[in-house]
Amino acid sequence: MNLLRRLTDGVPSRALWCLGLLLVGLLVAPAVLGKYGLSVLILILYFAYVGQAWNIMMGFAGQLSLGHALYAGLGGYIAAGLFFHYGIGPWAGLFVAVAAASAAGAVVGYLGFRFSLAGVYFALLTIAFSEFTRIAFDHWGWVGGSGGLFLKVDATVNLLNLRGGPILFYYVILALAVGAFILCRLLLESRLGRYWLAIREDAEAAQAVGVPVLRCKMIAVVISAAMTALAGVWNAFYYNNLFPETAFAMGRSIEFTLAPIIGGLGTLFGPIVGAVVLTGLGEIFTDLSEVFHISGIKQIFYGLALLIIVMYRPAGVWPWLADRFGFGEKRR
Amino acid sequence: MTGRNTFTRRRFGQATLAGTALLGAPLPIRQALAQGGPANLKVGLLLPTSGLQAQIGQACRRGADVANEVFADMKMPVKIDIVNYDTETKPDVARTQAEKAIDAGCHMLVGAFDSGQTIAIAQVCEQRGVPLIVNIAAAPQITEQGYKFVVRNFPTAPMLITGALALHKEIFKVSGKTPKTAVLMSVNDTFGTSMINGIKALFPKLDMPYELVDTISYDPAAKDLAVEVGKAKATKAELLLPVSRLNDAKLLVQEMVKQRWEPMGVLNPGAPGLYEQDFLKTMGKYGEFMISNVPWLDPKSAMTQSLEKRHAAKYPNDQLDLNGGFTFEGILIAAHAWLTAKSTKPGDLMEALRKSKIDQHVMIGGPIQFDAKGQNVNIKASAVENLKRKPTVVLPLESAAAPLVFPMPSWNDKRRT
Amino acid sequence: MTSDFLLSLAQAITKGLLTGMVYGLMALGLSVIFGVMRVVNFAHGELMVVGMYLAWMGFEYLQVSPMLSLPLIAAVFFVAGYALQRGVISPFIGRPEHQQFLLLLAIAILLVNACLAIAGPDSRGVQMESQFDSYELGPLVFDAVRLHAALVAVAIAGLLWLFFTRTRIGKSIRAAADNHMGALVVGLDVKRLYAFTFGVGAACVGAAGALMITIIPVTPFLAAEYTLLAFVIVIVGGLGSMTGALLGGLLIGVSEAVAGLLLQPSLKSMVSFGILILVLLLRPQGLLGKNSQ
Repeated sequence: MNLLRRLTDGVPSRALWCLGLLLVGLLVAPAVLGKYGLSVLILILYFAYVGQAWNIMMGFAGQLSLGHALYAGLGGYIAAGLFFHYGIGPWAGLFVAVAAASAAGAVVGYLGFRFSLAGVYFALLTIAFSEFTRIAFDHWGWVGGSGGLFLKVDATVNLLNLRGGPILFYYVILALAVGAFILCRLLLESRLGRYWLAIREDAEAAQAVGVPVLRCKMIAVVISAAMTALAGVWNAFYYNNLFPETAFAMGRSIEFTLAPIIGGLGTLFGPIVGAVVLTGLGEIFTDLSEVFHISGIKQIFYGLALLIIVMYRPAGVWPWLADRFGFGEKRR
Repeated sequence: MTGRNTFTRRRFGQATLAGTALLGAPLPIRQALAQGGPANLKVGLLLPTSGLQAQIGQACRRGADVANEVFADMKMPVKIDIVNYDTETKPDVARTQAEKAIDAGCHMLVGAFDSGQTIAIAQVCEQRGVPLIVNIAAAPQITEQGYKFVVRNFPTAPMLITGALALHKEIFKVSGKTPKTAVLMSVNDTFGTSMINGIKALFPKLDMPYELVDTISYDPAAKDLAVEVGKAKATKAELLLPVSRLNDAKLLVQEMVKQRWEPMGVLNPGAPGLYEQDFLKTMGKYGEFMISNVPWLDPKSAMTQSLEKRHAAKYPNDQLDLNGGFTFEGILIAAHAWLTAKSTKPGDLMEALRKSKIDQHVMIGGPIQFDAKGQNVNIKASAVENLKRKPTVVLPLESAAAPLVFPMPSWNDKRRT
Repeated sequence: MTSDFLLSLAQAITKGLLTGMVYGLMALGLSVIFGVMRVVNFAHGELMVVGMYLAWMGFEYLQVSPMLSLPLIAAVFFVAGYALQRGVISPFIGRPEHQQFLLLLAIAILLVNACLAIAGPDSRGVQMESQFDSYELGPLVFDAVRLHAALVAVAIAGLLWLFFTRTRIGKSIRAAADNHMGALVVGLDVKRLYAFTFGVGAACVGAAGALMITIIPVTPFLAAEYTLLAFVIVIVGGLGSMTGALLGGLLIGVSEAVAGLLLQPSLKSMVSFGILILVLLLRPQGLLGKNSQ
């Protein structure tokens, strides 16, 4: 009860009602939506979840990472590799996966923060590590090298080994997304969260008033990496195959950043709104582009949409929506 | 192409979805509409027509685009409703597009060139009980998963290699020249790795007359292969076996000419690159006399001739190669299954697919038939040599359109014009 | 160490130096833009690819050699860069980095896919006899196209140096880069200078594209690679330093070539990223960067 009060404290009741309705809607969605709709909703939740994880690092603590595919890729590969080689199920494997990704996050973070890299420099460090790992995995036989790692596909539901159809994976990613949302809310309300915001606004000033800057940044990157690793595990078992070329791709890292930036950096709903907007736009543009028969036309629409959003709503879609509808959550 | 009606119907569905995904408004309306379509066979063709593999995806699509015209030429009493979907070279998009195709009422799916995307689609087909005909994808895993709704009309990497190496012996026998050493050069990507691993595993078993002296793998994004070719040349191997893609194949040959490396021959053991139109055009006379051991269109088949004619009429600037050929065959297989099943129920169609025996088709090999795992085992490798800027079948002899030239003439030879 | 090995090492280094010059010219554009405006051009590789396509079109449809169309392409890029800065990027100067990143990412997506829609996905290259030629100097073999491209790149870099040290506008740009407020105080039209700078940076990368097309064929999807490559080079050399960009280009060119020789060639870009990580940690301002960030 205490936890619930902490979560709901200071939130307008109108917003709480909407939130509750949304949750109920999501819970019954598989019964109502077609399979295609469900697969789109799965993508939305996936990007919302990863966006939430990335948002901790960038939106809360102000550290721009363009290499988050590293953590997702590591998580996915480790859990899938353990399952493939030793039959170790993902529920056990994910501890190893999360530990490894957190360690990787800690190394990248420590090196970056210790040498006080910021902004673009830090972003490039994250890209470099992720690319470095991609090439290493290309040559690592245990995970199949660049030939890829394939899990045995099995549609019979087996919760223990995370095997089953889309509905299973839908509820798992929904649980992850809800969990991430609650975690982020708690973090933001905590002392750590306030330290992060102080660091984001002005790291030097924060240091001067006694905020343990290095430690706070490290915690941010480790939490973010661990959460992203979970998404990687989920992704590996959902698609049942992994290739270094896609798992560690820079394009993948960039995809992760889009939902929170478009939705509203540093807000709780930003990643969710961003994921809905981007995935929805993507599907609409796919349909729209069928009229033209020009390859690349969908991405041109998509690029234009991004351009328009960033030019006219640079702080993101959610803060603007929240203002208009009086939900009151602002970028902190 | 899709009719205007289909489009509006799907748009309507999309619009509803976009608006109601979160509110959960009823969508069965959409499915009811989708199922109420005409009784034609509707095939969803999923290909990467944008993104990294756009080039090959589009080449594949062109083969399917003329399928109905070829069926008419061949007096086949079918007309297939082909709906195109773009996977954007991403497995997650491939998956949603497969779901979308099935929701839109496609009775069968054909696709998707790349192994990762194909597996994403195969899972959807398996769960929804809709047959998938794999046009191209070489990862052996696709037919090793025990799928009940997947058939593949393309050789696996080991099949490609076994066929290619057998043809090497054939080439040496016909030409009377046998090299003693060979060097492998391979692009280090998904396809390259499975080919290299396959070659290394199969080589000892096949009793080859030459020895593999070195394997040099390079980055798929290589901007320059000078060092790699230098290394290969230093092995003094008499034969080069390249496992390449398109751009690196060009860089490779440019470098060979510059470094004046003239091996006895360049025999591609089953990869793309050397036979592609763009390669032939860019390399000019230096692209001549290279041999690819790949499945190819049988120039002696009446259906191939019709396909070539229709393709040339519709796409005068594009060469028809194995991508278009196999994708056309994917549609052909679907058509045959429909003719046999006389129904669009997925179970009946799948049953008919399993019993397929298609004698007249376009690729070299026996009738199209699938084994218990859904793999067509009758595809035969051929030797395709670049002659007069055109990939030309030289082996097997019964399908040959021109005589074999081996060893390869030197870079300055007068036969290169 | 056999003499054979030393020779191939020397050969690899020569090759790396020649390619590195063109890399350097490409990175120069990125460095100029960042040095002056502090905007990180995430669409840099995309601009390069557009340059390559323009040169290819000139060759394919008008039979003009890329070396001859280069000045025209550079001029077009200058104008386009000027307009892009004035019309779209200008309001984003001084905004948070993630907003600049998203803006340029959107531009990058538009450019790549416009190339795809117009030129198609097939790889496009120019066919010149010199691509199969080489010059010999003692035991060393020089690629004809690479040598030509490297010489032109050096010449352009020289022109750029003259521009920044000898012309009034070049000097004003440097002044504005050193001291933004000061430039405003003495009455320089900073907005115009910025647009000019973006134009110059774009012209550099356009010229680099025209040179690159003589070496390798282009597809739209090379763009991301080039963006990354330009970043690696510029960070290694020192963001904002012109000589640094050229030096970084040479260093990365040579290290790729030598790594290809010593290691499995498919590992060679790992070496570039390794160098990048080392430079970031040990000398984040880059080899020739002035002040720390």
